[in-house]
Amino acid sequence: MENHAHADAHDTGDHAAHAHHHEHPKLSFIEKYVFSMDHKVISKQFLFTAMFMALAAAIMSTLFRLQLAWPGHSFPVMHYFLGDKWAPGGKLDPNMYLGLVTIHGTIMVFFLLTGGLSGTFANLLIPLQVGARDMASPMLNMLSYWFFLIASVVMMISLYVETGPASAGWTIYPPLSALPQAMDGSKLGMTLWLSSISLFVVSSLLGGLNYIVTILNLRTKGMKMTRMPLTIWALLITAVLGVLSFPVLFGAAILLIFDRSFGTSFYLSDIYINGTALSQTGGSPVLFEHLFWFLGHPEVYIVIMPAFGIISEIMSVNARKPIFGYRAMIGSMLAIAFLAFIVWGHHMFVSGMNPFLGSVFVFTTLLIAIPSAIKAFNYITTLWKGNIIFNPQMLFVIGAVSTFISGGLTGIILADSALDVAVHGTYFVVAHFHIVMGLSAVLAMFGGVYHWFPKMFGRFMNKKLGYWHFWLTFICAYGVFLPMHFVGLAGVPRRYFNNDLYAPFEKLQHLNVIISIFAIIGVLSQVIFFVNFFYSVFKGPKSEQNPWNSNTLEWTTPIMPEHGNWPGELPVVHRWPYDYSKPGKGVDFIPQTVPMEEGEMDEGEHV
Amino acid sequence: MSNQAAAVPLRKDWEGGVSPFGVSYGKLFMWFFLVSDALTFSSLLCAYGFMRHKFFGDWAHPNEVFHHFPFLEGKNLPLAYVGFMTFDLIMSSVTMVLAVEAGHRKNRKQVLMWLFFTIIGGFIFVGSQCWEWYHFITGPELSETYHGVFREYFVNGRHIVNPHFTGANLMVNSYTMLPTFGDFFFCITGFHGFHVFSGVIINIVIFIMVANGVMDKRGHYEMVEKAGLYWHFVDLVWVFVFTFFYLL
Repeated sequence: MENHAHADAHDTGDHAAHAHHHEHPKLSFIEKYVFSMDHKVISKQFLFTAMFMALAAAIMSTLFRLQLAWPGHSFPVMHYFLGDKWAPGGKLDPNMYLGLVTIHGTIMVFFLLTGGLSGTFANLLIPLQVGARDMASPMLNMLSYWFFLIASVVMMISLYVETGPASAGWTIYPPLSALPQAMDGSKLGMTLWLSSISLFVVSSLLGGLNYIVTILNLRTKGMKMTRMPLTIWALLITAVLGVLSFPVLFGAAILLIFDRSFGTSFYLSDIYINGTALSQTGGSPVLFEHLFWFLGHPEVYIVIMPAFGIISEIMSVNARKPIFGYRAMIGSMLAIAFLAFIVWGHHMFVSGMNPFLGSVFVFTTLLIAIPSAIKAFNYITTLWKGNIIFNPQMLFVIGAVSTFISGGLTGIILADSALDVAVHGTYFVVAHFHIVMGLSAVLAMFGGVYHWFPKMFGRFMNKKLGYWHFWLTFICAYGVFLPMHFVGLAGVPRRYFNNDLYAPFEKLQHLNVIISIFAIIGVLSQVIFFVNFFYSVFKGPKSEQNPWNSNTLEWTTPIMPEHGNWPGELPVVHRWPYDYSKPGKGVDFIPQTVPMEEGEMDEGEHV
Repeated sequence: MSNQAAAVPLRKDWEGGVSPFGVSYGKLFMWFFLVSDALTFSSLLCAYGFMRHKFFGDWAHPNEVFHHFPFLEGKNLPLAYVGFMTFDLIMSSVTMVLAVEAGHRKNRKQVLMWLFFTIIGGFIFVGSQCWEWYHFITGPELSETYHGVFREYFVNGRHIVNPHFTGANLMVNSYTMLPTFGDFFFCITGFHGFHVFSGVIINIVIFIMVANGVMDKRGHYEMVEKAGLYWHFVDLVWVFVFTFFYLL
């Protein structure tokens, strides 16, 4: 046994060893909360940083929604946030409008739904649910957070430079993003954007490698791959996707940096600015699109995969039923991950690609509907005849499944090149990806926060406020994005500062007003969440050890585990994590640590 | 504590009996990092292929560009020197294998010897690359076989006439009409050279650690093996760079 304990200590650094063998050494505040190597603290650091970034991005969306609903009007709030330079007299400056749209997208995609979602839940759940004392390399894990923080700071600093933040859209297509002469946003703001994202890639790589290695190598005794909770499967596949796709974004960014700063011509050709020809010639902006979307498409699965995991776990616990089709869930996630790498062309149907090549991408893209539908049906059948507990986290994940389905339906339209050409670059696309990827992931993330709050802080969040938060968020989300489809179908292009010049779009203005009102209420209702969150951290009712009667290993630790997670031996796993309401048992849940009885079968099988 | 570590050469991390790869977390970490790094190189090489395909007829012929050999100036020896560089790098991989193998036997002296040869091989490669870059940048001695057009070019909208221009920079080169030929050369071989250089630094650090007996204290030479993985990866990438840049 000494050997066993020793091996554990060896894996997870000396801290864990101390926790295991001796009294925990007294750590200073800085060691414990700032430069911490404890995965649980790092998880909270990710969560707080992402919450701050998301708040900033949400405020940005309110500002540009004000402009879109009431173009040219003067708003004191605009002046309050943006000052004389960017909102003279409270009227939004067009350059700043583009900047807000760009940074809103960047923060939401990368900093909230990639760094924030994976960073928070991978760090919290992987060691706790596989039965490890910490990540494989706590040191690199800490570095992962600090790179993330520096990336966030650089991104926020870019808002304050004289020429404004990056403004070429979150996809930063060249030549607009490559030429400082093209627009103010492509000056220092763009340089900072690229620096920030490069740092983000480093953070994501360090984190992702750690997640993969921890899951593969540090599982406790008995935790076979097919006994891992779906959260862990989802986070594993997410990490693999990140490790494979972010380096390609890194390569694309390197070439863009060369084009911007050293006069190379990777993405540039035949460009005249103010009557003079640029020396750069022979490059191709389509090359950037290929490289970007080779990352960009797996990226949307990096966003949605952890959400799948969280939904599966919370839904099973609160329906008091095993997840329907455990192995089908794993298989469909693997299928989605594989397909993620061969569909990037569907973002480029109008880039002038060969229509035959386009039809190949149509085919591969439509294939994704199969595993996605498997997942959706499995969620619904998990709910079927369950003893559903409608607590806030359950509402949030049911909401996430709802948005995943309704957003997925428009995905089928966009996957088809013939239909996509008509709505490409319109608000239809904006509505689609906000619902299917943004909302589903955000709702699942909220669900995760409500569900694992007792594990993070040892207290409960207020349920009543949780209900208010859910219903307001959910109704407003559909209120924003459902009408947006019709705006897009009418042909209104995204990213335009105003549509006054286009007479046919005048008639749609009332829709834009409705969207903006819902958006503003939606953002304001997040105040409920923030109040609930911070109040509950300090004053919420104390949690029990296993508050949701859950099977997974994180609830076998003490309520507030020290670094090292389990005070004594690591738990030993005897069964899969979804033995809820197993026929013939007196209790409706059997934790993974309970040994099998004579003749009992694993994975929910029963005679 | 360290006594026991010595008794267990490889960390046994998973007690479940079905350890998937039978490797330590450090090596697994290195493997996945290399997969990721391979994707970065692939992105650059695919971009290169995309562009070369687009300008199929206009691309420079490597035979005509890289035909110098040190101390044999003026002789036309296409791809001879880069062939030597490739040979050198592959040989340094062989010495690395021998160092890792000596590490398995815990033979400190031999590990040091083979690591030393590996480091020398790395330095020869990096030095050769500098020499290659120097010749690529300064260009051929004004032979008239090339188009004259490269002598007039634009830098950020300024029209520049330089009748003496030969060679290459990031804006223009005298080998083709296509700036991207030079751009990709600098970018990809530079990125690879940076990897080789960091590999040499890593090897030197490991060399010092081995010399100071750190590995003997740990009871295993796994660090040498991990550095070896990186070194082989860098060689493998060069094989691809060599194929796509010089041979094709």
